[in-house]
Amino acid sequence: MISSETAPRSRTRSLLARLEGPQTMGRGPAFWVAATVAVAAAAAYPLMADAWTVGNAAYFLIWTFMAMGLGVVWGYAGALSFGQTAFFGLAGYAYGVITLNLGAAYGLTLLALVLAVAIGGLFALVIGYFMFYGRIQGVFIGIVTLSVTLVLETFMAQTAGPQWRIGEARLNGFNGMSGMPPLTLPWFGGDIVLYPGPSLYYLLLGLVVICYLGLRIMLNSPFGNVLVAIRENPHRVGMLGYDVRLYQMLAFGIGGAFAALSGALYTAWGQYITPSSMGLTSAALPIVWVAVGGRRDITATLIGTLIVLAGFQTLTIYGSQYALVVMGALLLVTVLAAPEGLIVAAMTLMGRVFRGSKR
Amino acid sequence: MTEILRVQGLRKAFGGVVVANGIDFSLSAGAMHCLIGPNGAGKSSFFRLLLGEHAPDAGTITFDGSDITALRSFQRIRRGISVKFQVPGIFKALSVRQNLEVAFQDHLHGQSLGATIREMLDFTDLQSEEMTPAGILSHGQQQWLEIAMAVGVEPKLLLLDEPTAGMSPDETRKTGEMLHDLNGRGITILAVEHDMAFVEQIARRVTVLHFGSIFAEGTIAEVIDHPGVQEIYLGTADV
Repeated sequence: MISSETAPRSRTRSLLARLEGPQTMGRGPAFWVAATVAVAAAAAYPLMADAWTVGNAAYFLIWTFMAMGLGVVWGYAGALSFGQTAFFGLAGYAYGVITLNLGAAYGLTLLALVLAVAIGGLFALVIGYFMFYGRIQGVFIGIVTLSVTLVLETFMAQTAGPQWRIGEARLNGFNGMSGMPPLTLPWFGGDIVLYPGPSLYYLLLGLVVICYLGLRIMLNSPFGNVLVAIRENPHRVGMLGYDVRLYQMLAFGIGGAFAALSGALYTAWGQYITPSSMGLTSAALPIVWVAVGGRRDITATLIGTLIVLAGFQTLTIYGSQYALVVMGALLLVTVLAAPEGLIVAAMTLMGRVFRGSKR
Repeated sequence: MTEILRVQGLRKAFGGVVVANGIDFSLSAGAMHCLIGPNGAGKSSFFRLLLGEHAPDAGTITFDGSDITALRSFQRIRRGISVKFQVPGIFKALSVRQNLEVAFQDHLHGQSLGATIREMLDFTDLQSEEMTPAGILSHGQQQWLEIAMAVGVEPKLLLLDEPTAGMSPDETRKTGEMLHDLNGRGITILAVEHDMAFVEQIARRVTVLHFGSIFAEGTIAEVIDHPGVQEIYLGTADV
């Protein structure tokens, strides 16, 4: 009787213990107080800003899932995917097709979101299976994944004719799909429709916190241990009795599911999705976010992505034609000056300054 | 004594280069055996065939009573074969503790994992380096860490590819003591080694490979007295 009560509790405790570990920066009360303050500040933000600005902040949060997923695949498992946008776009279209056919009643949009993420994640598993079990390694993973996303872009761009429809949903070729419903939460006395604004912002903030903490636990688990070991020396990992290809495929599937989450949320946010979301520029940007922040630490990836996205949009809004050039320059500077990433460099520096409180 | 490993008619060629030319070899459980031979004799290829890194053109490998010829490397490891490579195959960016965790976590969990890690830190004298990134250990310490990774979960057969390469005489002697200790715990050991003094320290029986075939086999005294062995090392034997 006692053991049946304590076992789940000790399991919860050991899961929570994995929030900290060698695979993630930041530990101890100082870090968690800072993290709580950051989340509280983010939660208070809609009280101080107008609805449009909050909707815009929600837009930034949407991309962080794809970035964190790429962090797992590239930073932790060591496989540079240049094609996370394939899963992003596929899930975006899947959300559109499902919602345009099923409608938005009874919280069916949430079901569409889940299905879209599952479709993107499964597609990533299939691609991952052929790549890793086909012994594709190193730079060739980047080439294959880039090809996959560009093929999808080209394919979707030629779906303009009326014959390209799935049920009620016209794919619309280069112009993309639009008019799908935003996310809705079923509620007493009428559904809550999550248009870009505070309500969607809070849903996304909650999702970011859950995914971030979940990834911290996963990365500090035995599974995460094997992933970083594969990054360091895949041959040796195989010679310790692990099926390296299986682990790589699973990591790739997780990264793909996170990209798919971004894609489905993006479609729900803007109520449109176009083939260019899977194009070359779109495919390159996540790599810049993740590299600049720091690919080998999930916290650095998250913070770096938000900062780079905000900076990129500010540049675009205030008339600079050269936002993409600046992104490229930022990537170059990072690679040359702080190859581990700017946020990782800053966190390491802070760790040195506050060594007493960090240890 | 029961047989732990039996290799029959093992053959592998890369184009015209025959690295294993019908090798018949067996090892009894609990043995401490060395594989010697001049450069290019096929010692490393033999190891790769045992580990499943090369698929043989012909022949079978039986380990612990079952045919493992068709199994992949990681499946052979899971059956109880363990390996330590010549160049330390450790995870340099990870701490010593993490290296050991990755090596053992598949078999051990919770307290038994922690206990085995502590035991292996003691065994290798790396207690004070637990949190050190493995890449900054001395060469000898890296070799010991890899031995610890290979033996912590008590394999049935330990393969060692030149375990003392690059070690100081003192480190070599200590490594020999470690191997005797492991053998005493029931782990069968098969080592490729060049250093004949070390071979004498650890091996009870020795096999000489030459041109992918077994040239001689016996106790170390028998092998040294064998008329052909010295000649093949000097490169004059007509085989």
